[in-house]
Amino acid sequence: MTAPTMLLLLADGRFPAGAHAHSSGLEAAVAAGRVTDLATLGDYLRGRLATAGLVAAAFAAAACRAAEPSHPRPSPSGEADQSRLRPPPNGDGDRARLTPSPGGDAGQVRRAALARLDAELDARTASLAQRSVSRRQGKALLRAGREIWPAASFDELPAAPGGPHQPLVLGLVGAAAGLDPAQVATVAAHATVTGSASAAVRLLGLDPYQVQALLVRLAAACDATAAQAARAAEEPPERLPAANAPLADIHAEAHATWEVRLFAS
Amino acid sequence: MRPEIEHDESVPHTHPEPGVDPHAPLPAAARALRVGIGGPVGSGKTALVAALCRSFADELRLGVVTNDIYTTEDADFLKRAGVLDPARIRAVETGCCPHTAIRDDIGANLDAVDELAEALGPLDLVLVESGGDNLTATFSRGLVDRQIFVVDVAGGDKVPRKGGPGVTAADLLVINKTDLAPLVGADLAVMDRDARARRGTLPTIFQSITEDPRASRVADWIRHELAHHRVASPVPVPAGQP
Repeated sequence: MTAPTMLLLLADGRFPAGAHAHSSGLEAAVAAGRVTDLATLGDYLRGRLATAGLVAAAFAAAACRAAEPSHPRPSPSGEADQSRLRPPPNGDGDRARLTPSPGGDAGQVRRAALARLDAELDARTASLAQRSVSRRQGKALLRAGREIWPAASFDELPAAPGGPHQPLVLGLVGAAAGLDPAQVATVAAHATVTGSASAAVRLLGLDPYQVQALLVRLAAACDATAAQAARAAEEPPERLPAANAPLADIHAEAHATWEVRLFAS
Repeated sequence: MRPEIEHDESVPHTHPEPGVDPHAPLPAAARALRVGIGGPVGSGKTALVAALCRSFADELRLGVVTNDIYTTEDADFLKRAGVLDPARIRAVETGCCPHTAIRDDIGANLDAVDELAEALGPLDLVLVESGGDNLTATFSRGLVDRQIFVVDVAGGDKVPRKGGPGVTAADLLVINKTDLAPLVGADLAVMDRDARARRGTLPTIFQSITEDPRASRVADWIRHELAHHRVASPVPVPAGQP
């Protein structure tokens, strides 16, 4: 494995990207009486991993691949990998390519690939509240990324008003840190379970040793999700995973309207 | 009605002339001065913010970021008090970690400062109020230029002696609710002595917002810091950029 310390730095909950303020749906699930103890927390985390975790990890890995020209490999069909990073015909990307721009032609290809990933992830996130949370978290991570890796080409991210989706920024941050797409997927999957678990310790007063033991039991599932996501990230954006949890969407919408809330999500 | 309390002449205090601004006009705006206001739960942080809003309402372009653990409560308090346009207030959720949001992981607060500037145009002063925390809470220098730590006499007159980074290192220590001192048996002279011992030359202000609803001396201190800030950073820089 290359860059093991860099991997640990990015996965650390103390990395300053605002994770502490997000329970990723857990606060709403606790209020709804669906997560009350260690056992229900375990169910919740497995559900998150299989849905939001898989999708986030796949998009983060795909963004990392798009950002780093050395990552794309020939696809099983033998077709050159760059072909599916090309912008759709008649799209803005084709027109923009006629004029020189920072990053040149390769920069335009990356911009177009990231814009497609952003649109695809938007389409997979049914809840407006969750879309805006993902963009706010992306903005927070982008702020950290720009400060820490000033030379990285974060400007190739789509300029959405609320910020770019968090998994896309994670992919670029990972690439800037020298991680490969599989490592980036691991960071994303790991964050999915540890963020909500940490919120559960604070909200429910669960025994932190028991919660850590639960995370240890989930480690293999987390690795498997990351590996699945990294494989999926070799597919074109429209074929990336679209696993979803309608109840989580409903909870997220309700949570956003609460007058009193401890967590931003 | 507040009971009549005799002035303790050993405690420094001033009586500014109402309606008279003793200060020269400040130079043109640089990036807004960001002042953190921290302190334990119930020490009067939000009341101080409200008092400062009263003081600066017609003088400075002001924004407020509040980190209260209950997202909207502090903002609503300021709105109800009618001292600040709601558009000038942003609330930040801290996920049960008020100290993390102002010290270790300041992005959400920096975003809130940026959003205020984007929505309102250039500002002179942004007050960043922390959520109620304990004596170890302190603001990151990446978030604020100056920090005020607020304790109150009802928290016990031993608080300054206990120290902690807020009491020992804040740019200004405010010892609040001095009007309550006789009622809770707090000895202001002890607090003054301990604060001096802990803080060396750093300033401490004793105040009662009941007696001085505009927190005049804290406002004066901020005016002074703002004048220095404008001289030190004359070029406008977006919030959050080095």
